[in-house]
Amino acid sequence: MTPSPVEESVLFGRLSLNALPLHEPILVVTFAAVVLGGVAVLGALTYFRLWGYLWREWLTSIDHKKIGIMYVILGLVMLLRGFADALMMRLQQAMAFGGSEGYLPPHHYDQIFTAHGVIMIFFVAMPLVTGFMNYLVPLQIGARDVAFPFLNNFSFWMTASGAALVMASLFVGEFAATGWLAYPPLSGIAYSPGVGVDYYIWALQIAGVGTLLSGVNLIVTIVKMRAPGMSMMRMPVFTWTALCSNVLIVASFPVLTAALALLSLDRYVGTAFFTNDFGGSAMMYVNLIWIWGHPEVYILILPAFGIFSEVVATFCGKRLFGYASMVYATVVITILSYLVWLHHFFTMGSGASVNSFFGITTMIISIPTGAKIFNWLFTMYRGRIKFELPMLWTVSFMVTFVIGGMTGVLLAVPPADFVLHNSLFLIAHFHNVIIGGVLFGLFAGIAYWFPKVTGFRLDPFWGKVSFWSWTIGFYMAFMPVYVLGLMGVTRRMSKFDDPSLQIWFVIAALGAVLIAVGIGSFLLQIVVSFIKRETLKDVTGDPWNGRTLEWSTSSPPPDYNFAFTPVVHDLDAWHDMKKRGYVRPAGGFLPIHMPKNTWAGIVLAGISTVCGFALIWHIWWLAGASFLALVVTAITHTFNYDRDFHIPAATVTETEAERSRYLAAGV
Amino acid sequence: MSAHASAAIDDKTFYLREEHHPENGTLLGFWTYLMSDCLIFAVLFACYGVLGRNYAAGPSGADLFDLKLVAINTAFLLLSSITYGLAMLEMEKNRKGTTLFWLGVTGVFGACFLGLELYEFWHLIHEGATPQRSAFLSSFFALVGTHGLHVFFGCVWLITLMVQVGQRGLILENRRRLMCLSMFWHFLDVVWIGVFTFVYLMGTL
Repeated sequence: MTPSPVEESVLFGRLSLNALPLHEPILVVTFAAVVLGGVAVLGALTYFRLWGYLWREWLTSIDHKKIGIMYVILGLVMLLRGFADALMMRLQQAMAFGGSEGYLPPHHYDQIFTAHGVIMIFFVAMPLVTGFMNYLVPLQIGARDVAFPFLNNFSFWMTASGAALVMASLFVGEFAATGWLAYPPLSGIAYSPGVGVDYYIWALQIAGVGTLLSGVNLIVTIVKMRAPGMSMMRMPVFTWTALCSNVLIVASFPVLTAALALLSLDRYVGTAFFTNDFGGSAMMYVNLIWIWGHPEVYILILPAFGIFSEVVATFCGKRLFGYASMVYATVVITILSYLVWLHHFFTMGSGASVNSFFGITTMIISIPTGAKIFNWLFTMYRGRIKFELPMLWTVSFMVTFVIGGMTGVLLAVPPADFVLHNSLFLIAHFHNVIIGGVLFGLFAGIAYWFPKVTGFRLDPFWGKVSFWSWTIGFYMAFMPVYVLGLMGVTRRMSKFDDPSLQIWFVIAALGAVLIAVGIGSFLLQIVVSFIKRETLKDVTGDPWNGRTLEWSTSSPPPDYNFAFTPVVHDLDAWHDMKKRGYVRPAGGFLPIHMPKNTWAGIVLAGISTVCGFALIWHIWWLAGASFLALVVTAITHTFNYDRDFHIPAATVTETEAERSRYLAAGV
Repeated sequence: MSAHASAAIDDKTFYLREEHHPENGTLLGFWTYLMSDCLIFAVLFACYGVLGRNYAAGPSGADLFDLKLVAINTAFLLLSSITYGLAMLEMEKNRKGTTLFWLGVTGVFGACFLGLELYEFWHLIHEGATPQRSAFLSSFFALVGTHGLHVFFGCVWLITLMVQVGQRGLILENRRRLMCLSMFWHFLDVVWIGVFTFVYLMGTL
């Protein structure tokens, strides 16, 4: 309703040189570092003539394994950005006491906590989880690729496009200062007239297209492409959790899309959905965003549960205890996750009956989750437990996640929530479950499947340094936050008056430093392992004595995954095959039908980035032109009917023979 | 080895000796996508349900809606679904020419629908009933407009497919694409029934 205060030109919209934050020394230094780093990387790519390789083998690849790896790399890079935000917040809050303003002005601080939340959920946790599902699901079900390989590539690049827009907001303009869910009316045009919320909206909309399509893709893959004999109740637990997680994606992301679209109509066209006047209702937005937002946390945690299930079974040398109950627990959580959204705003005032309903449904979720914890414990009971790195993460998860779950049940009690709402107690709770659950799961998964992906194991020493730094660092960083929350400290404050609180923030900041050590040693672990890759080599393809089909192929798997499609007779198919004397086929290979690489995904996502940027900055001609280009390019792509080829039998024979030599040399 | 090359799967068979061809998943995938699209409409219906009586002292549905116009429009859309069905029947009989003919008729009905809808919107805006006027009008334009946008892109898709069928005939890929568009088109019809009932009929009560 209020016109934007910035002058708009026809050619550049709201964009002008003032958009560059030259007055913020922190950003200028970061920008310089990013530019130098970027130039170095681009220079190296050019010097080593890697552009062609990169384009042919990675950027245009429709191989689910390569796309999975690219998702994980994207997630890890964004983790560094999101964690830098976390360190800045911890430092600010530890400093800003007794009249000190700290080093971050409030407006900048607000952008940092918004960016931290958005990046960690949408561009760290989601790409990592999607990357795992992409890489593992076809291998676990004995398929050659996902159902729609081109769509998979497109989904990845749309996610990357959203991440690029969030990163661009750091140096061109600003990011939203509204908190990670951008509640109106604060996120409306009247109170957030700048480009920050628009960056937020378009980054999430573009990435959301990718997420939704990848959800559809993986559902169809799991439903239609399982190897013969693999009934639903013979699927590996990770695949089950991936299926449920993707069902949640398809059934929740459209709600986010619609809510954000209505918010953008309010901001761009001046409609009255979530406004204070003309009959709008801000609480409508809050309801919608949490109808997406609550399933979203289960989208992230379910695959982590799947990873723990695989790890526990493998490292205890036993079949998972209570497979069927694990599956049913997963399905029940999937359904219940839709019946709890209102617990995020009990204070809306919807009355005692509504609040009790949502309080009770929330508490009920702890039952299937508890069943899972017991299943893992009973799998460990009388198992031959090998405390390798993935198992360490799993044990740490079980302890940490139970604490987080219990504080969650506390918050589910509406009267208690009225006291704790918006306090640091909530912040401690969800970091407890997301770090202790999702992140620990991903680290367990990285340590577990790294040899499958690269062909060599991770160095255990630096992995253990990382593990202990993360675990101790987590408790040090967030237990004080629980204490502060119980004392009534609210979230999103950039400075404090009461000096007696400072010590807790200082401890939390030291915990964050310890987590930084954890991230550092994780990266170091990868570097060290790469250097020692010959000694850490995995020639068998099955370094942990695994139980599921991905361990039956070589490490890394060939392009076609399986020379012959496996036939499944039992749960833990690979374990069953080993037990009953499976012999690797040595001949008789056939040509294998595979999809072709395509330029379309990265080009379409690139055009989407331009379109999003133009919409953010109100460069209308460019927005129109790029949208038209998007439609025309997509249609042009559909005129290409030549989308697959055959890997000749000779190539398959050669690849398999090489593996035979490897296996012989390894014995 | 070759003895059990294509033999039945017994307990000792750990892999298939021939290429495995999983059933094509395009229709299931597209159906799943449609359900997600359906959720977008669900949100828009919910918004209309919550905000649809917030007139902000502006005009209400009873003041604005012209049911005769909407009835004609509904007829256009329902007829287009029938003609799409006829096109699919022709496709089954492998008759390219008549398939294209009925697809063309479907497109014309779609275009008529869009034309009338645009006229309605233009008329409302002309009367001052703009999307900015009240939350009722915001949610009305968002819901009906999103449906219209879908029909528009359905028409673009229809034209694209007609060109592709013209070029390559009723090959397997094109049949699959026609099936997807068929689901999309009928889905829009179903959504329109909801719009017609909840927005127009109940709005004029």
